[in-house]
Amino acid sequence: METPLAQVRGLGSAKKGGHHWWVERAVSVATLLLFVWFFVSLWRLPDLSYAMVREWLHGTFAAVPMLLLVAATFWHIKMGLRVVVEDYVHDEGNRFFWVMIIDFAAIFAAALAGFAVLKIAFTGSPA
Amino acid sequence: MNRNPSRPLSPHLTIWKWGPHMLVSILHRITGVGLSLVGGFILVWWLVALASGPEAYATFLAWATWKWALIVPIGLSWAFFQHLFSGLRHFVLDIGAGFELRTNRFWSIMSLVGSVVLTIALWVWIIVVRSA
Repeated sequence: METPLAQVRGLGSAKKGGHHWWVERAVSVATLLLFVWFFVSLWRLPDLSYAMVREWLHGTFAAVPMLLLVAATFWHIKMGLRVVVEDYVHDEGNRFFWVMIIDFAAIFAAALAGFAVLKIAFTGSPA
Repeated sequence: MNRNPSRPLSPHLTIWKWGPHMLVSILHRITGVGLSLVGGFILVWWLVALASGPEAYATFLAWATWKWALIVPIGLSWAFFQHLFSGLRHFVLDIGAGFELRTNRFWSIMSLVGSVVLTIALWVWIIVVRSA
């Protein structure tokens, strides 16, 4: 009886697992630091009105960290949801489907949010 | 895949005796999924509304501050703190520390306590201090 193990035995690992593990940790740290920055920044604003938040996010040193926050957050989401699917979805076809849906959705959400930040940064403050 | 259907597959929640470390571990996943879906949606909505104009932003603010929907931001803030603390716990475990039974149990409980305390502190501050 041949199991799928026979097809890969002797080939060794793909040598990418260690790097992926480090990327998960590094992106987690980045997400954490950027969210601390984000909540401290919101807390320091006098209010969260449209004009106030636009004026704040228009600045270089708000727009750039916010772009990084969007990238780090949705990368973290993409990797985290993938782990959950890989652990609990046991059918190979379903697993492939859900991993792809997560990748597409995370990238689409990051693109939408990133575009919104760039639009605010480049079109000026309405105030 | 050739798989023996009689062998168990995760999740094993139904066959283990519950302890604080197990609760914190599964909460890390549950809060992570919740933050991803609900928090991710709200982050995108907030930024797109802000980029779209005052009317879209007013619609967002009306939903975000609607008192009958307050359970969403309160729940999200708890999920954020819980995921943050259990995430920090995972960083410590990743360097190979904190596996001693008492230490592991202590920091599991502390992450649960910390997230509840910070959530209460945050909302007391928002409702009592900031709006006063």
